[in-house]
Amino acid sequence: MATFRIKRYNPEKQPEPYFEDFQLDIAEGATLLDCINQIKWTLDGSLTYRMSCRSAICGSCGMKVNGHAQLACQKQASGLLDENDTIQIEPLGNMKTIKDLVVDFEPFWAKINKIKPYLQTDDSPPQKERLQSPDQYRLIDDASTCIMCGNCYSDCNTLEVDDNFLGPAALAKAQRFVSDSRDTKTLERVMELSEPGGIWDCTHCGECVERCPKPVEPFYRIKEIMAVALEQGVHNNNGARHALSFSKSIKSSGRLNENLIPVESMGYFNFKGLIDLIPIGLRMLLKLKIPPIIHKSIEDVEDVKRIFKELDQ
Amino acid sequence: MVIIGAGLAGMRAALEVSKDLDVALLTKVYPSRSHSGAAQGGIAAALGNSESDSWEEHMYDTIKGGDFINDQDAVEEYVKAAPSIIYELEHMGCVFSRTPDGKIAQRKFGGHSKPRACFSADRTGHAILHALHEQLMKQSKSIKIYNEWNMHSLITEGNRCNGVVVSNVLTGAVEVMQARAVIFCTGGYGRIFKITTNAFASTADGVMAAFRAGIPVEDPEFVQFHPSGLYRQGILFSEAARGEGAYLLNGKGDRFMEQYAPSRMELAPRDIVSRAEQSEIDAGRGINGQDYIFLDLRHLGEARIMERLPQIRQLGIDFTSVDCVKDPLPIQPTAHYSMGGIPTDKFGQVLMDGDGTKMEGLFAAGECACVSVHGGNRLGTNSLLEATVFGRRAGMSALEYVNTVDFAKVNEAPEKTKVLKSFEDIFQRDGTESYNDIRNEMKEVMMEKCGVFRDGEKLEACIETIKNLHLRFKRGKVTDKGKLFNTEIYEILELDNMLAMAEIIATSALARKESRGGHFRTDYDKRDDENFLMHTLVHGSLEELEMKYKPVIITKYQPAERTY
Repeated sequence: MATFRIKRYNPEKQPEPYFEDFQLDIAEGATLLDCINQIKWTLDGSLTYRMSCRSAICGSCGMKVNGHAQLACQKQASGLLDENDTIQIEPLGNMKTIKDLVVDFEPFWAKINKIKPYLQTDDSPPQKERLQSPDQYRLIDDASTCIMCGNCYSDCNTLEVDDNFLGPAALAKAQRFVSDSRDTKTLERVMELSEPGGIWDCTHCGECVERCPKPVEPFYRIKEIMAVALEQGVHNNNGARHALSFSKSIKSSGRLNENLIPVESMGYFNFKGLIDLIPIGLRMLLKLKIPPIIHKSIEDVEDVKRIFKELDQ
Repeated sequence: MVIIGAGLAGMRAALEVSKDLDVALLTKVYPSRSHSGAAQGGIAAALGNSESDSWEEHMYDTIKGGDFINDQDAVEEYVKAAPSIIYELEHMGCVFSRTPDGKIAQRKFGGHSKPRACFSADRTGHAILHALHEQLMKQSKSIKIYNEWNMHSLITEGNRCNGVVVSNVLTGAVEVMQARAVIFCTGGYGRIFKITTNAFASTADGVMAAFRAGIPVEDPEFVQFHPSGLYRQGILFSEAARGEGAYLLNGKGDRFMEQYAPSRMELAPRDIVSRAEQSEIDAGRGINGQDYIFLDLRHLGEARIMERLPQIRQLGIDFTSVDCVKDPLPIQPTAHYSMGGIPTDKFGQVLMDGDGTKMEGLFAAGECACVSVHGGNRLGTNSLLEATVFGRRAGMSALEYVNTVDFAKVNEAPEKTKVLKSFEDIFQRDGTESYNDIRNEMKEVMMEKCGVFRDGEKLEACIETIKNLHLRFKRGKVTDKGKLFNTEIYEILELDNMLAMAEIIATSALARKESRGGHFRTDYDKRDDENFLMHTLVHGSLEELEMKYKPVIITKYQPAERTY
């Protein structure tokens, strides 16, 4: 017998959520969704969750399993048991719970809508298909496999503290158009995506890559947009300046110049931003956490420069 | 205008209507969760991107594949429209796999004589679904999407449809939606069978709502069983695997299709391959004598599998712990597609009878409709094409129609009361029967007695069992009586629809005393053009189903012997 410890919530009955344990024998090969269905159909018909295709393509059955978002239909249940033969199931995070495992997806979709999630072109289409080489297709192949399950959104560490962040799914969807050889609004897109809430607010934790049930791996897609933004000269924001200053420092000295990077990230003419840095600098001074005033290169800096040179080629 | 269902057909129809009119698009899930997204292998069109091809060949393949019971006038317009539909999807931004020179790549598929399947790796339905959804988001000013709303009944007066009664899953509120025209794009009903590729949402809601409004069901006995469903789960492994060269092997390790369709081997039409598999299994030649056979991709090599069939590989690993690069996949026939459905003409207009009487203001497209372009058996990749072509056509026809009529006067209260009463009936039942048991027994008996091989005796027993299940259904026990996101009540209403549909399928199968396409009777194992070269129309009510028939429209190709 396995224990399914499921977080229940039904505001029609009780204002606070609680955990309820269900005991069930896991049939051979049964997926987690098979087990939850078994619970609903034989133990408690009021257990509420979304599901549809049960083959990992519709994206309905995302939920937190042992603390992390995943599709209930995609994994066999026996592999999810902990040492006490228990599986803990909760609704997705970063979204409001409606009932049991059902969460409100409206804010998620509102953010998808924000990135102009459709092809934009200047020209009228040709008679037949627009040509696109297999290599160009590969640039958008991974992002286009997104099933909008919200798993990445649920476990995104930035979203936990910043509601304004577009989130991994919307940004991956954006990459699918930024890198599409047929889309002609690349510059406009990367400019918008460089604004607050966009690509530069990602903390690079990589959690979304772990949680993605498909090959989308949003963090890598976000990095691809960053690269396009820098290539396109969209540098007039803290994120891009930070990335450029960071790489400049490494390239020239082999280590980070921690005094200079905050200033360069703010921008030399961003007086308000620079003034904002002063209290932080003072606090660091008081705690004696100031980096060395004189910045020195590492011994093997020539090797670093050689690596950069090769990368540039 | 109201459109019910937001899969390929519903979304394509909505885009057409939104050119001129505001439209409500209602879905019981979210558009991106629609079952169209599960289609894997491709969408057919005679583009000729890798070999020369023509609409005539596409037409003949489709008709031969359908065992000559397709309406040929509709097939002709459908295959002719195919290239423009594909180019239009491409222009919308749909992601397609490409040839080295940048054109849309095309691969072979069962029953097609040319490489005609345009594809996006092995997730073509998903690619098109999302491309259309993107366009919907672009047109959000004129298309209002009602996510997670159910449709319960049609509002009709005489031969005119004036709207639908719907309910909001979130709140349980029942509402009337008046409309000058309604388009049904509600999908199929594979969930009636134990082993199926279909999503939980594929439950005959649209077909049954139409039937209850006096519209017959056309050709329900033709249900397609797909040859490659994952053993026990039924999950789809695309025919594209065989299109790319995979083998089917029996327990002796033989490519048994040699015995059944020597010229096409694994790429014969699905009805033929599924019967061959079932015959091998029934003869004890399954793997280790069990009820499955092998789909073997190993010789394709990892690189090709990863480029062309990556999703299939992942499905095998996740669901059965089999990596198809190293081991063959265990598969069995699985209920996949309903050729039958709501009768329409080639413009998507719903018809009330064999004489072409219209249900004005009601249109249907996609799997829920029967045009009939697929006849007795649909070819792979022809369904995505059907959904988009007829979604567009139904949208155009509906738009044309609404310009000629005004809103009718609808007395909302009684329409709403009827639906509220069906909810209350279920809530008030002080029953003891388990809906789960009833559903399982229905699925079991349909698979067993109304599946790949049927006969009169089995079908009679099947009908009796279903009738009995429907009686037990009325004594079912419900747990959740709340209004908030009550998925249990919706599952019960879906079961009601499925039980009715199951009886209709089995009854029409019993009446068709021949074997054709996906309908095979071991007691009448030949096609009988003299008596049955015609479409079934199931009229009446569950109390008394009435079988009527209408002629098949034959224009270019006379019925011929069907061998491969």
